Amino acid sequence: MNSKVKASDLSLIDSVINEYKDVDGSLITILQKTQGIYGFLPADVLSYIAIKTGIPPAKIFGVATFYTQFRFEAVGKYFIMLCQGTACHVNGSEIIEKTIFEELGIRDGETTKDGLFTLKTVACLGCCSLSPVMMINEETYGSLTSQKIRDIIKELKEKAEEVNADV
Amino acid sequence: MYNIKVGEGSCGISAGAAKIYSLLEKSNTDNIFGLSVTGCIGMCFLEPIVDIYNNDELCARLVQVKESDVEYILQFIATGDESAIKNLKISDDDSEFLSKQTRIALRNCGIIDPEDINDYISHGGYSALSKVIESLTPEQVIDEIKISGLAGRGGAGFPTWFKWNAARQSDGEEKYLICNADEGDPGAFMDRAVIESDPHALIEGMLIGAYAIGAKEAVVYVRAEYPLAIARLEKAIEQAKEKGYVGNNILGSDFSCSFRIKAGAGAFVCGEETALIESLEGQRGMPRLKPPFPAQSGYWGKPSNINNVETFANVTWIISNGGEAFAALGTEDSKGTKVFALTGKIRRGGLVEIPMGKTLNDVIFDIGDGMRTERAFKGVQLGGPSGGCIPANLADTQVDYKKLSATGAIMGSGGMVVMDESTCMVGMAKFFLDFTTKESCGKCVPCRIGTRRLLEILDRICKGEGKEGDIELLEELCIQIKDGSLCGLGQTAPNPVLTTLKYFRDEYEAHIKEKRCPAGECIDLISYNVLPEKCIGCLMCQKKCPVGAISGKVKEVQTIDHDKCIKCGRCKDVCRFGAVEIR
Repeated sequence: MNSKVKASDLSLIDSVINEYKDVDGSLITILQKTQGIYGFLPADVLSYIAIKTGIPPAKIFGVATFYTQFRFEAVGKYFIMLCQGTACHVNGSEIIEKTIFEELGIRDGETTKDGLFTLKTVACLGCCSLSPVMMINEETYGSLTSQKIRDIIKELKEKAEEVNADV
Repeated sequence: MYNIKVGEGSCGISAGAAKIYSLLEKSNTDNIFGLSVTGCIGMCFLEPIVDIYNNDELCARLVQVKESDVEYILQFIATGDESAIKNLKISDDDSEFLSKQTRIALRNCGIIDPEDINDYISHGGYSALSKVIESLTPEQVIDEIKISGLAGRGGAGFPTWFKWNAARQSDGEEKYLICNADEGDPGAFMDRAVIESDPHALIEGMLIGAYAIGAKEAVVYVRAEYPLAIARLEKAIEQAKEKGYVGNNILGSDFSCSFRIKAGAGAFVCGEETALIESLEGQRGMPRLKPPFPAQSGYWGKPSNINNVETFANVTWIISNGGEAFAALGTEDSKGTKVFALTGKIRRGGLVEIPMGKTLNDVIFDIGDGMRTERAFKGVQLGGPSGGCIPANLADTQVDYKKLSATGAIMGSGGMVVMDESTCMVGMAKFFLDFTTKESCGKCVPCRIGTRRLLEILDRICKGEGKEGDIELLEELCIQIKDGSLCGLGQTAPNPVLTTLKYFRDEYEAHIKEKRCPAGECIDLISYNVLPEKCIGCLMCQKKCPVGAISGKVKEVQTIDHDKCIKCGRCKDVCRFGAVEIR
């Protein structure tokens, strides 16, 4: 997508770098704040952090790729986090993942061509009693079935179309 | 005056508790009743939960409250007429879920307001800290913990006093006390519940630990996936600072301790203490070679002590009530209580705290009320990816570190996932290996590559491509991974395979020799079929089939063309007569 090629506004991150560059062991915190600002970790911002902090780029990429929280591409308007915890597995999360693929054609880590949906499977959302569970942006959806997924996706698609029509 | 408390843990909120709270708030502009939030009482199956207190006494516990029920609550408040809320009250049966527990770590959860330090203090909070500072030496604190027999609740079950003593005895002015709140086990959420519901219990327990080992700085390493827990903990630390429980010269003594929260970034291996330290230092979370142990050389090379949330929550209670009171509960080898996150195919799921020595059956049937499906209880998975599956016929095993380990599973952090006959055990092993393969940090070759090979073999078996000799190959590989890995992740990663091989070998054999999945879960080994005696020919399945694999006239029995069928299961989902069967 465009955001990958487009140059990022590096000034957004200056205050974070200034706050943490002299605090030992703050690399993960810096990366978390970077993702908070840009929505993901743009490559040019990571290079900028390396120059400003003196931490080698290889180390920054090494740390960033180690942790599941960090992502390197922009995500869709609706960020689906599908829980793959044990309770969700026992209660059929695999079927839910399959249904999402059937409906949207995306697998773990992928974004739909229209930029609406990104799917990310996560280890455990900690709402095991509502399993199978997913979160879309801030909202939690529990006790999922294939039908429920289809309804939710349809509803979100319609909502996005309405917004487009209004514009 | 009536006081209403709305249970707002993460799962309560996702079940709709926040909306109910705001509706109640809107209708209380004249302050007719008291309104506050509380944490998670642990009865997840009944969320959202609203408790009504008459002054300080609980007079009604309302469950599965919907937004439309708010008017009945208001009616009760206005008139005092209980018939208004009769249908919302918890049943006597469901009340047993709580009454059969013994709550120590969860003592305040769902009772106090987690965002109000005064509520914690009025429930006896920070009296243990005062007692420690005013009348006990660090050595006496460690002795008290030794008497209690408290062992680490994060998984390994190592005696807490021993770790504290080792850190105490290490030379150096600068020492660190660290709390591992990076609850990574899928299926476990007790630490989240404690932080969200009773954050001061954690802070107080950590302060006592810091006093005992001589640390001036305490760090909580908490999962970034738990935003509510982080927010409540931040607030609690601020309040504790204002009251003089955190900071310099605590309660006017020489003891000073500062607090800091560090958000983890998502890596299961960081549950291992040396990997956690690496992560705290801003590195990739890869384990270090032990020794030196963290008690000698930990965070920034200084003596450090790491315990998990539930352990600290117990510490406060032990100091208040005495080590002997804690040791009076439990068995010869395992003292006190343990919290379990009871989930899966269980009727009453949630957080359960019981004295050690109760059996798994007590938890599953007596407290959890058995299966919520009509199928039979097959087994229970304990301890997450490091644990194992215990079959139904061993469910009379006592909850005890040694006795659970003897089965091949572990106590672990307390995830307890109940399975019925529809769960494929080969699939279960594959599920966990998929997890450990992704989470292996890559440092040790047997773990990094070995788990992947295990996963490939299991995947093949589930697809019906298993070969003679696969079981033996799995066993051999498991032993090599256990022997050749540095940290707990690799050493325990084969446990789900080994325990399912031990107790459910026949299922592996059915997959390999008969190309059959007895649980009917492995997609490549099953087929969908229409039961002629149940099908009424409504054509619903035919309409919904995405590949046109179903044929038949209206009011006649339908047939599924197995060559066309993609096994998506929609026909079974939409059939209202239960006429589609998996074979």
